[in-house]
Amino acid sequence: MLINVPETVVADGLRGMAAAHPELVVDAENRLVVRRDAPVAGKVGLVSGGGSGHEPLHAGFVGPGMLSAACPGEVFTSPVPDQMVRAAAAVDSGAGVLFIVKNYTGDVLNFDMAAELAEDEGVQVAKVLVDDDVAVADSTFTAGRRGTGATLFVEKLAGALADEGAPLERVESMARRVNESSRSFGVALSSVTTPAKGTPTFDLPPGELELGIGIHGEPGRERRPMMTSGEIADVAVHAVLEDLRPTGPVLVLVNGMGATPLLELYGFNAEVQRVLAERGVSVARTLVGSYVTSLDMAGCSVTLCQVDEEMVRLWDAPVQTPALRWGR
Amino acid sequence: MLDTDFFRRWMAATTAAVDREADRLTDLDAAIGDADHGSNMRRGFTAVSDVLDKEAPATPGAVLTLAGRHLISTVGGASGPLYGTLLRRTGKALGDAPEVTPDQLAEALGAGVAAVAQLGGAQAGDKTMLDALLPAVEVLASSFEEARDAALAGALATVPLRARKGRASYMGERSIGHQDPGAASAALLVGALAEAAEPSGGGDA
Repeated sequence: MLINVPETVVADGLRGMAAAHPELVVDAENRLVVRRDAPVAGKVGLVSGGGSGHEPLHAGFVGPGMLSAACPGEVFTSPVPDQMVRAAAAVDSGAGVLFIVKNYTGDVLNFDMAAELAEDEGVQVAKVLVDDDVAVADSTFTAGRRGTGATLFVEKLAGALADEGAPLERVESMARRVNESSRSFGVALSSVTTPAKGTPTFDLPPGELELGIGIHGEPGRERRPMMTSGEIADVAVHAVLEDLRPTGPVLVLVNGMGATPLLELYGFNAEVQRVLAERGVSVARTLVGSYVTSLDMAGCSVTLCQVDEEMVRLWDAPVQTPALRWGR
Repeated sequence: MLDTDFFRRWMAATTAAVDREADRLTDLDAAIGDADHGSNMRRGFTAVSDVLDKEAPATPGAVLTLAGRHLISTVGGASGPLYGTLLRRTGKALGDAPEVTPDQLAEALGAGVAAVAQLGGAQAGDKTMLDALLPAVEVLASSFEEARDAALAGALATVPLRARKGRASYMGERSIGHQDPGAASAALLVGALAEAAEPSGGGDA
């Protein structure tokens, strides 16, 4: 692993991010990444955060057109309420703050506590949960669906709307709508090694893959002998469509888990587009790359989000962040 | 009677136990979660020990509320709010008495455990820390050793259960056959009570 010691991995990464991105305020001590021009007068602030190890999510999406601030936690561990309260105070212009929270028990508990504390300090806070992973049954027997690739769509579209000056209720309802219109499915070709443990979290022999994985090295639901890119696309896209049943065009995110080369991801995207065409689903826009990752895991996920004209317009709107940048 | 020093020894003994068992907690977490429970708990209780040394709170209740606040501020994940709430609510329930009886501690810890159940939305048998805490609270007033044994037995009894809360729940049936890491760390916290009660117990006492 390219690290000094496990204990300083997150702080070291933030110091490097500060050096590379002078347009952001990177506070390594308090674990905060904030737009330098925050708070922007009259604009709703967007704050997200979560465990580290999913880069560029979330700090790589801070900037005009997307997040106002991000709170990175320890590796695969939710940040603490103090971080979110500081972030909310730093980005609130008086127009309120939206917390974008991936649906994991830890993130939900910490953001809930932070929302209460921030409101005590006079910041108006709304929360949106992202829970798009179809591999988890949404029942009373689980913590509910995990938040994965749809987080990028939520942050981009809600961020664009906030930049247009929309009030908190509209930004919140757009974020909710994006989440409700999105579903994901992930596949691992290798396990993941956290700096703290130093060895793979689960044992996945070469020649096998794991279907329905999350982004924290949680083992998936089913193990199978290795499949071709086309066969994986069939399984992943079918799983998503079965649940989403889109009646209009979709945004597509073909996402790498961290250790899969872009060449393979593009090849996989060709297969994803084939399956979508076979199923008669029209594609509005496609993004390919490693955006919602799981440290050194090899594998991929597919996220589809059904969109209308307004959502496509928000997707195309200018964005200037370390990881997504277009239109300006 | 249990004085402020007893509660400081309890937290010190918990810190030592978590430090000693961190790798085991992380391994348990790797099997059905995300392989960080040991390091997170170690970071949190190390911070608790530091702040208790620095601020020297004056009452049993103040020791626990300060410890809880620091767990919330340093641990993250689900464990931070859950363990933080457990100690904070227990501390609040103790009020500002300079000494408390084991009965009062048992009652206060019961309030703390109830707050954890409410925050996490879990109940007995969901394969969580509650499965160690609930049986321990029931016998805490009779002896700390009985509580320790009940917590350990409760933690071991999570092995055949299917997880319904937290990250392990994503695995469904595959969570069966593994001990819940949160129940294992909760058993360490309860076991540290017995250590703190021994004349020489409690790490730095």
